[in-house]
Amino acid sequence: MNLRAKSLLKIAVILFIAFFLAYTLAFGVKIGPYQVLPLKKAIKLGLDLQGGIYVLLEAKPKPGQTISEEKMNAAREVIWKRVDQLGVAEPVVVRQGENRIRVELPGVKDSQKALEIIGKTASLEFIGPDQKVILTGDDVSDARALYDNLNNPVVSLKLNSQGAKKFAEATEKFLGKPIAIVLDGEVISAPVVKSVISNGEAVIEGLSSIDEAAQLAALIRGGALPIDLEQREVRSVGPTLGTDSLNKSLKAGIIGIILVMTFMLVYYRIPGLVADIALAFYIMLVLITFIALGATLTLPGIAGFILSVGMAVDANVLIFERFKEELRSGKTLKAALDSGFHRAFTTIIDSNLTTIIAGIVLFYFGTGPIKGFAVTLILGNVISLFTAIVVTRILLGNLINTRLITNKKFFSA
Amino acid sequence: MKKYAFMERKWLWISISLIVIASGLFSLATRGLNWGVDFTGGDILHFDIGEPYSLAEARQKIESLGLKNVEIKEAGDSREELIVRTPVLSQDQKNKLTQTIKERWPKAQLIRAEKVDAIIGKELQRQALIALLIANFGVLLYVAFRFEFKSGIAAILALVHDVLVMISFYSLFYIPVDVTFVAAILTVVGYSINDTIVIFDRIRENQRIMGKAKFDDIANTSITQCLTRSINTSLTTLLAIISLYFLGGETIKDFTLALIVGIVSGVYSTIFIATPIWSMLRGQQKVARA
Repeated sequence: MNLRAKSLLKIAVILFIAFFLAYTLAFGVKIGPYQVLPLKKAIKLGLDLQGGIYVLLEAKPKPGQTISEEKMNAAREVIWKRVDQLGVAEPVVVRQGENRIRVELPGVKDSQKALEIIGKTASLEFIGPDQKVILTGDDVSDARALYDNLNNPVVSLKLNSQGAKKFAEATEKFLGKPIAIVLDGEVISAPVVKSVISNGEAVIEGLSSIDEAAQLAALIRGGALPIDLEQREVRSVGPTLGTDSLNKSLKAGIIGIILVMTFMLVYYRIPGLVADIALAFYIMLVLITFIALGATLTLPGIAGFILSVGMAVDANVLIFERFKEELRSGKTLKAALDSGFHRAFTTIIDSNLTTIIAGIVLFYFGTGPIKGFAVTLILGNVISLFTAIVVTRILLGNLINTRLITNKKFFSA
Repeated sequence: MKKYAFMERKWLWISISLIVIASGLFSLATRGLNWGVDFTGGDILHFDIGEPYSLAEARQKIESLGLKNVEIKEAGDSREELIVRTPVLSQDQKNKLTQTIKERWPKAQLIRAEKVDAIIGKELQRQALIALLIANFGVLLYVAFRFEFKSGIAAILALVHDVLVMISFYSLFYIPVDVTFVAAILTVVGYSINDTIVIFDRIRENQRIMGKAKFDDIANTSITQCLTRSINTSLTTLLAIISLYFLGGETIKDFTLALIVGIVSGVYSTIFIATPIWSMLRGQQKVARA
């Protein structure tokens, strides 16, 4: 095979890879048991793009109470159970730092209700007329919301054996007197004991609706938080605003990318076309890395990504400007390309390394949003180095080898 | 080859920046920054009114609830959205506000709500500041190692310049500063240092080629050679971000605006601040060291 044919083949292979990646991202592929989901399904969207609630809870110990590792883990477990009851797909409940818990509930519509359920301490107590605690939520094995004989919403409690025993003793002792049922210091109902209850069943009355009863039952089932939690930060985005933001930023992104690509094509012609192909690789590789890392795409994330598209062509601009200088000094296309790449190389490495150093420092010393931003910055830089240098060089070098286009005008010189 | 005389007017360029920054600092001292709820703590309620409405009427309705320090603004493509910013509200106050809006405009819907405790913002502010300082120090070390210490100083001053310009812009136009502003500053620092290094790299190369030429000459030649690249790269970056500014929706407008200002400042600072400062620092030395 001669050089021309070999070069044509190499170009064809690269273009094929580009189309394959594009097809995979758009539609997904299935090879035997392995399946790659399309971009739309594979990429995780942040709450700002799909709607939902973000809550940051911080432990607020009562005087004399301490925060411990176990208490925080137990609190996380309790919240996890409650969130589970809400029926949210893919919730996030994680500890953050020493005394915080972060909760993310994608797609939740009734944010107020969800907040009520998550943050409540839900410490349930049965208190006798002597102000002594008879039972706590720990003695309850199950709680259900239902209607009683008079069609009033109630929560029916099933006590464990220890609880049943204590309750039997108390109902005997306080026959004819009221026992208060208290949740987080607030009396829900205070029924008067009419008979000794030894079957381990108790009922909470005085609820305004079956929804309230269901919510209370869910809270009791999940158990009480071992420590009070305070909402430090709450962000809720409605699903319509999320979709709207996603669509708008995607549209803006596509237009931005088209503008950048058109500029490169018009200004640099054939090398510009090659840079556009490299840019397409860049975009696809960043998206694939995003999916592979399980990173979440947020609105500022999209903005940063679109910005990086504009910056990613920088290495190409540097190379092409050098290439043009070399062409003007009378070199052949091949020689100009080689020395153009060679001379632009140190500049590209130095400028990108400085940015990457800044990114690594930010990653190391920042937290939360700053860390996420640093990852995008480093990723974008490394990938653009690869696409702008490697992909462009192979394509352009082989294109010159094919001798299909020999007029220097097409190379913008 | 034609060479532009950038260095001959270095005091003009530096003065322009100083005037912008000085007016920014004046505004900062007198009026301060418009800290958003991310830093001050507070509530944001974002309504889709669902029909044209009068902002004045909305203001009056909300003020009649006895809430203090409330800021409201119009938003959305068809100006049918309303964003209310308040100090931290109780659940009760929030419900009342929502109800009041819904009573007047029955189609209204709450599409976004945020509540932030001031502690969180303070923490983030501190973290961002520390990260920014250390990142600058890292850049200084690298540039001093790869180039020379004076280049490092010039590069850092250019970065400080960009950050000050962005802060000045935000103070002068009283744009709310929230968490995304921090991200914007970090992005611009990354962009600007990249831009500066490209010129410094060319200067290093030209120092070898041009031997004992004056530093101003070397600087002028280097900038001229890199000018097309500087313009083209900032153009592609701005093309991408400006389309986002106009089409990306209300929630990221402030963020993209900060980026646009920062990128313009970054390009300016490379050519008109970092390089003249480098030339001045080097010019004090009598003998050129390649």
